[in-house]
Amino acid sequence: MAQKAIREFDAKSILAKHWDKYFPGFSYAYETIMVQNGSELTKAAKEKTWLKEKALVAKPDMLFGKRGKNGLVLFKDSKPGDVSLAKAVSWIDEKSSQKQSVSFSFEGDTPTGEPKVDMLTHFIVEPFTPHSQEEEYYISATCVGDDDVLYMSAEGGMEVEENWDKVVEVKFPITATEEEIAEKIKKSIPKDVAKHDKDAFAEFAIGFFKAYRELNFAYLEINPFVLQGKKVELLDMVAKLDDTAGFMMRDEWGDVDFPTSFGMEEKSPEVLAIEDADSKSGASLKLTILKPEARIWTMVAGGGASVVYADTIADLAGIEDLANYGEYSGGPTTSETKFYAETILNLMTRSKDANGRDKVLIIGGAIANFTDVAKTFTGIIQAFDNYADKMKKVGIKIYVRRGGPNYEKGLKDIKEAADRLGLYIEVYGPETHVTDIVRMALAK
Amino acid sequence: MAQLFTKDTQSIFWNNNTTAIQRMLDYDYTIKRKKPSVAGIVAPTSNSKFDKFFYGPDEIMIPLYKNTAEAKAAQPQADVLLNFASFRTAYDVTMEALALGGFTSIMVTAEGIPERLARKMNATAKAKNVTVIGPATVGAIAPGAFKIANIGGTIENIVQSKLHRAGSCGLVTRSGGLFNELSNIIAINADGIAEGVAIGGDRFVGSVFIDNLLRMEANPEVKYMLLLGEVGGTEEYKVIEAVKSGKIKKPIIAWCIGTIAKYYDSGVQFGHAGASANGDMETAEAKNKAMKDVGIHVPASFNDLPEIISAVYHELHAEGIIKNISEPAMNTCPSVRKSKEFICTISDDRGDEATYAGFPISSLATPDTGKGIGDVVSLLWFKKQYPKWATDFIETVIKTVADHGPAVSGAHNAKVTARAGKSVVESLVTGLLTIGPRFGGAIDDAAKYFKYANDNKLSPADFLNHMKKEGIPIPGIGHRIKSLKNPDLRVEGLKKYAAKCFPATPLLDYALTVEQLTTSKKENLILNVDGTIGILMVDMWRALGYSEEEINEFITSGTLNAFFIVGRSIGFIGHVLDEKRLAMPMYRHPMDDILYDVQVAEEI
Repeated sequence: MAQKAIREFDAKSILAKHWDKYFPGFSYAYETIMVQNGSELTKAAKEKTWLKEKALVAKPDMLFGKRGKNGLVLFKDSKPGDVSLAKAVSWIDEKSSQKQSVSFSFEGDTPTGEPKVDMLTHFIVEPFTPHSQEEEYYISATCVGDDDVLYMSAEGGMEVEENWDKVVEVKFPITATEEEIAEKIKKSIPKDVAKHDKDAFAEFAIGFFKAYRELNFAYLEINPFVLQGKKVELLDMVAKLDDTAGFMMRDEWGDVDFPTSFGMEEKSPEVLAIEDADSKSGASLKLTILKPEARIWTMVAGGGASVVYADTIADLAGIEDLANYGEYSGGPTTSETKFYAETILNLMTRSKDANGRDKVLIIGGAIANFTDVAKTFTGIIQAFDNYADKMKKVGIKIYVRRGGPNYEKGLKDIKEAADRLGLYIEVYGPETHVTDIVRMALAK
Repeated sequence: MAQLFTKDTQSIFWNNNTTAIQRMLDYDYTIKRKKPSVAGIVAPTSNSKFDKFFYGPDEIMIPLYKNTAEAKAAQPQADVLLNFASFRTAYDVTMEALALGGFTSIMVTAEGIPERLARKMNATAKAKNVTVIGPATVGAIAPGAFKIANIGGTIENIVQSKLHRAGSCGLVTRSGGLFNELSNIIAINADGIAEGVAIGGDRFVGSVFIDNLLRMEANPEVKYMLLLGEVGGTEEYKVIEAVKSGKIKKPIIAWCIGTIAKYYDSGVQFGHAGASANGDMETAEAKNKAMKDVGIHVPASFNDLPEIISAVYHELHAEGIIKNISEPAMNTCPSVRKSKEFICTISDDRGDEATYAGFPISSLATPDTGKGIGDVVSLLWFKKQYPKWATDFIETVIKTVADHGPAVSGAHNAKVTARAGKSVVESLVTGLLTIGPRFGGAIDDAAKYFKYANDNKLSPADFLNHMKKEGIPIPGIGHRIKSLKNPDLRVEGLKKYAAKCFPATPLLDYALTVEQLTTSKKENLILNVDGTIGILMVDMWRALGYSEEEINEFITSGTLNAFFIVGRSIGFIGHVLDEKRLAMPMYRHPMDDILYDVQVAEEI
């Protein structure tokens, strides 16, 4: 997946790092810090004296919004703007000590939908910035269809969604020149922007959009930013990066983290190991574990075919029977395939089916364009050799369907290996419809 | 343009992916193309000039180029670029090709090109009316005409899936693996495909479903279309609009995969990078339903696709819109092929009579043919028929360098060897082995340095300074006894001939200005015979239309010395035969002609 969300702290750090290039006429103090607990904050205050000198604001920095409505923004002790370092430290320790329930959607102030429950692990702490509502503005940019779109509004803060009709949208083709962009932005400044801020707003928006383009953001939002003359405060930011640009943005982004979203299950060691193998390979290896106790496991070649198999299993068996989703493609080596197969067999043989049925392993795939089927099956056979006993203990029926270069040999080899090891196997080639083995497996 | 490719389409393949290229050539041979579909290969890091590939049972050579510009200049007819560069460089390669111009379509295979770069690349191509297939694709095929790289898989599968000749379905998919699968399903349930494109799995691809379907609508060979979409994106809605507005009238069969995605939150990435639904409209279900609502043939599931294909095909067939097609004759690629160890491009002894560059020996040998040794050299060394003034010059050179008396080191060696009782060939070879940088090599070096000076527009004084810095006496300048007043008549002869017969002699003219300067310093620093030959050879090749690169290559490969070797062999053999005739005894060098200075070796 190319577009990945980053933390607010990282988003601000990236902008701060390139501030003079994109916002030469503006000043930004970049007084912000990310910590995981209270003692980290106490320690940081030795160097960052503003933590001791200024009133603070603290909030979780874990990719989710609506922190205010979830009661997760610390900006007052007894009254707004009186949060001391000690208060921030104790608040962070309190909030990070046990699981918190977070709602992602609200109607008015009432949460809707299921909240997610997880630990809070990252917090961002900044100075409290006294300002008036008129100084708050909204700006964001992203790609819609083929164009980049810049959104600007004089109504910043939590109310921007309620006032979406006041947001000005400006579209730019990817080929737009800097001059064209500047021209168009200047003409499109929302009319509600205070008269004395209009020029500064335009200048800031031009720099913002340039940063969005040049730093390969997929999404960039500051809501709100505060304009006080030429002094800027970035009160809240949301950003996604196009991680495929990572190889050319190494210096520009610095050490940026792509965390999983709040409430998402932590990736299992097996999934992490596959991700690691994938990143080192020219081929593609993907694995998502959906329901590890479920009966049907898939080991499917190809991004398209793997989806078709998952669709078909959901249609014919229901998703409660589908244990994983994944694919391998792009001509993986024998050892890569072996590793992939062993990872799946390891997960699959940890427990028997709760209802005492045999488990089903679908080794599927379309007719390959260039992947050598016999070579990839060699890796799977090696994995069978190591897992045959466990597989027999759990009870696994194997269904194979594949075509492409060298498929006859691949099918013959895997059949012979399974027979030799005493594993149940049925083997089909391109004469059988690609997903028909799912029907056959379920008919048993 | 209603058709993406024809049977004459040729491509430039960027990156020497030999397996994929061989698959293309196997396909070409199978469908009996006149010319290979790959005209040239860009291999930036290779030092070879060509690579060998099989064409059926035989082998052919496909030229390699250092960069796209060079390849395009040499193969201007190749209007398809197959960009197999990695995700780091694929953008640059495409943009360079777009700037060069002359490409109608560019296929990009890399997955994971930065999104902004992919968008810019696609937009630039669109503005120039160039079709981009991909990124992240296995390619496209026009059965019976042109196939990109690995699409369709092995040649066996291609024939089995009837991809070797045009059928009547236009196929567009995102997935490359399922493209192959669907070709097979269409071959089984209908009559194969007329044109097929896998548009690629990345979020931003060049040509999208609608671009391809509109082209197929205009292509009379396509009678109906099959679209395989995916969850995510809104491209299918453009197709729905086109059907609604009547822009597309041919029947479409369509299915979006990824119906499973609705059960999971957006954290699970199914399939390709482009496959992620943002909102209900982008789900597979919504798209399948919306397509069905406008009359597109949508099955109940992927499993039911074969039935619906069969039904649409048979209906069109019954209406007479699809006619029966006769199966064309095919070539069969041999399953076992052996790569040739040697290549020969100058002569051939396989026919009735051996040939020199296509000319039977008898058409060159006897006096009545009017051909001389210069013609034979031009055919066997340069694979060209040189005009008479040039072949006469070659002969003049050979005659001029044939001998220079018994005292020069090569002749002396030959004589000593002959006197040791060795054979003609042994004696000749010892003489020839002496030829090199100090003996005879002045021809190569004179050509090299004078050409360098002339190419870089050095004045004679600058040239002299340059050589002084290099620490080399100017090759081709200087004679033991001859001077301007007492000229070398061999040189005079060569100059006279060149003045009379060469179209122009720019390098000689330059060399003579250098000679004026050197002889003003010392009168025997004249342009000598080696220098004159080397310089006039360059003038000859220039007049014959060779490029500067080609001439430089002649110089570095030692072609000039080769003239000296051929000529001087005549003289050496003369000296050897002379020794044999005189029955001279074994030669021993007189000891009083050797300075002996031998110390006792020290221990270390």
